[in-house]
Order: sequence, then C-alpha cells, then structure tokens
Amino acid sequence: MTTAYSQVELLISVIAQLLQGSRHVAVGASSPIPGAAALLARRLSGGSLRVTILGSRKHNFFTNGSVELFDLAAQGRIDAFFLGGGQIDGEGNINLVGSGGHYPANDVRWPGSFGSAYLYYLVPKVILFREEHTPRVLVPKVDFISSPGSSGSNVYRPGGPTHLLTGLCLFSFDRAARRFHLASVHPGHSADEVRSQTGFAYDAAPSTAQTAAPSEAMLALIRGEIRDQIAETYPRFAASQLG
Amino acid sequence: MQATPFMTVQDIGAAIPDGSQVAVVKDTSGVAMSVTRALIRRGVRALHWIGVPQTGIQTDLLIGAGCIATLETSAVSLGEFGTGPRFVAAIKASEVRMLDSTCPAIYAALQAGQKGLPFIPLRGLIGSDILARRADWKVIDNPFAERDPIVLLPALRPDVAVFHASLADRYGNVFVGREREALIMAQAAYATYVTVEEVTDQNLLADDARAGAVLPAIYVTGIAHAPGGAAPLAYLDYYEQDEPLLARYAREARTRAGFDAFLHRWLEQDHVSA
Repeated sequence: MTTAYSQVELLISVIAQLLQGSRHVAVGASSPIPGAAALLARRLSGGSLRVTILGSRKHNFFTNGSVELFDLAAQGRIDAFFLGGGQIDGEGNINLVGSGGHYPANDVRWPGSFGSAYLYYLVPKVILFREEHTPRVLVPKVDFISSPGSSGSNVYRPGGPTHLLTGLCLFSFDRAARRFHLASVHPGHSADEVRSQTGFAYDAAPSTAQTAAPSEAMLALIRGEIRDQIAETYPRFAASQLG
Repeated sequence: MQATPFMTVQDIGAAIPDGSQVAVVKDTSGVAMSVTRALIRRGVRALHWIGVPQTGIQTDLLIGAGCIATLETSAVSLGEFGTGPRFVAAIKASEVRMLDSTCPAIYAALQAGQKGLPFIPLRGLIGSDILARRADWKVIDNPFAERDPIVLLPALRPDVAVFHASLADRYGNVFVGREREALIMAQAAYATYVTVEEVTDQNLLADDARAGAVLPAIYVTGIAHAPGGAAPLAYLDYYEQDEPLLARYAREARTRAGFDAFLHRWLEQDHVSA
C-alpha cells in the first residue's frame, strides 16, 4: 500500500534523485519545484550537498550580488542548475524569448533568456524542467535559440543538458547524438501518450520503465522539513502544493 | 569634503535628460520606483533603458508611458504575476528597439566600464540567436590558445545609474550591503542617483564593519530621502511587495485603456513624501 502523492511531489523526488552526487546545486528565480528538490537532495546527502537558491536570503551565501552565480559557474563551482523554456526542441535547444512571427516582433513574447546563454554552457548537469508536456512546448525546432543544446567541438563547453523532466516523463540527453532518450514514464501515463504529446523525435526502448514513485520516507520529508525550508522563498507554493 | 547634493525625487527625475542611457537594478535589489513615477510625470522620452540584468514593473510602466526607445536586458518579468503586459505589446508593435541579452553579459559589460576597459570577453553565447542578433558583439579567437572562439562585449558606461538603498550618510556615502551589483552599476555609470530609506549623520566609511559594503560618495551624484521608495516592490525587511496592486497591474495593463487608467491613479498616489 503506497501513500497517494501529487505530481509536484513526484517531480520533486525525481529531481532530488538526479541531483545525488552533486557538490553544489544552484536554483534560479521562480523555481519552487527545483528549489524544493535541491533541499531534499541536500537532506538525502546528509548535508554534504550545498544548495544556493536565488531569491532566498537564508539559502544564498552570495556577497557579490548575482554576479557571483555566473562567476562560480565559470569556475566550475556549480555542478547542477535548472533551465526551462517556452519551447524546447529535440536537440536540446531552448527558447525563452518568443514564438511565431519574426523576431523581435514575435507573435508570443516571453520574458527573455535570463542567464541561460551562459549557464547552459558552463554547468555540467543542467536539468531541463518544464511541467507542460505538449507539442507546442516540445517542438521540432525552436523559433529562437536562447541557448543551444550542444556546441561544436571547438567551443568551450563543459556544461549542457543531462535530462528533460516534464509532467509526463523523464528524458535523458545524449550529448554525442544530440538527442533525447525516453528514460521513464510517470505513473498514470503511457509511452504512447508521451509520443503523441512530443513534437520532436527521440529514442526509446521497446518497453519503457516507469518513473519511481516517491517513498513514504521521501514524502514525509517533502511534507515536513522541506516544506518548511522552501516556505522561506516560496510561501504560497509551500502552503498550496506541499501537504 | 565635497557634499553630495541631497535632492528630491522630482529633482532626480528632472536631472535625467531625454535620450539618456539609464541602468537600473532587478526587482529584489532595490528599484527606485519613486523615480519611475517622477520620470513618467515629467514625460521623459527616448531612453535607452538597461535592466541589470533583468527588470520588471518599473520597465513595464515606462514602456507603457512611452518613455523608452531602446531596451537592453536579459528579461522583463512581473515574477509570479507573469510577463510585463506593456513590454509584450510594445514588442509586438515594434515600438521599442529590443536588445536581448543574457544576465552575465550585462554584468560583464558593466564591469568593463567599471575598469575603464574598452571591452571584455565572455564565455557562452556562441551558437545562440542572442549573439546572432547583437551586431555590437563580436567573436574572436582567444589569442592565448588554439581553436578557442570567445565573445567580446563592448564596455557599458551608462549615462545614469538609479537605484534604491537602505541608508545614506550626510556625506553622500551609500550602504549597498549585499547588493553589489548596484555598486558595479554605479561605478560604471557617469552619474548615479540613489533614493534611500534612511539618512544617518554617522559617516558610513568610519565604520569598518560596514565600509566594505558602501558605495563611496565619489560615485554618487545625488541622493533623495524617499522612505518607501521601492514600493510596490518589496524592499529587504522594510516592506513586503504590494501584492494586490501588482496583481491589479498585471490584469489591467493588458489593455491600453486599462494601463492608462492604472497609470493615472498610480501617478496621483504618493508612497513617498518627497
């Protein structure tokens, strides 16, 4: 008998597993789920994993403004970070600028690229995270490359995407092949559903694993300690989404 | 000691000429919203506006009021209240020249300005459409290595930097605390105007515990005592964001008429007794 859990709790537990082994995880603005997951990963690591959450005063040691995030990344002092996108394509290119029409006068305009055109190149483990899994988000080719999924061999690029997590599934990214591989499908969803909702081509095994549900212990942490910790930065998220 | 002029918020608005290149900080770092109001009231035009490194309602209001000709930033966002509605409308209508950037590029270009350098190299960017669209940026081969292309950014030296801080002293020194990017911006700019919550008679540079986080008066052109000067945004422990007002803005500013009505009321309102 397993305890019922929400999609948010599942995503937090999946990300927390992906972060195991990292020394320093940084979380950008407006990222409550990655933030909670990073705090959970720290808890599961016994405290050896360091977490920096932008927008937090408690979980942020920066004394040189946000410049410090980029300087740390350039020096290899950040192991994992999260990026999303209004569009993400099959080569891992991300678009945070806009779609349709002709740039700069796109039909749909999003806020902008933030630090993606830098961090995507420099942080070794970038987890792409976007809950919405539809053909309008996961497209064959992005309309604007805020940051490319891969670079030529002559471009300095220690970093890049390792995974893409959505509300339906987890993909891993093969940097040499520049393609996603379906790693697991979340409980309650099917590989066919993933196929029909994905606008780009990807690799998949004949039978796909199911994403592991969060354990009882994990859920207890998410609904207790982690909820209290993330509430400092995201009070409404903690109150409405975490038990 | 040359005294930094203490002035009113209106004076600051008047001191920023039409067509200036103006740098401002992100929402959590002390946005001088009272100066935004003064600029709109005086009908400033054709600003080259730089959001360091991203920006929010301050920029959206100025775009809606027709004050900005060129916008250079990595993002315009109202955070949990969504994308800036007037920014989106202006982009679609090609009313603003957009220079899309990425956060570290804005910081690095300001740091070059701070050092008096003509340009600065930056990692990343190669293969992005941000770079493809920036005619002012170049790619060179790293002269110290083989096969290592790297982007060069021209230095940014804004005409004016404007931000809100907690404390200034009578001598014109401004405490910036952890908000070092305000310091970078001010040191890169030709003129810096600051609004502050409080003014002290004690010289901030005489206090070793605080002096390292102080923007010294030599960089400060003018200071206005403006308690509440970052509202409706939150400011440190001084006040929370005005959520109902921000939510109302995000809703009403979606239409031109809704924005005009909001702006009219907002300009009447005075958070600041300047």
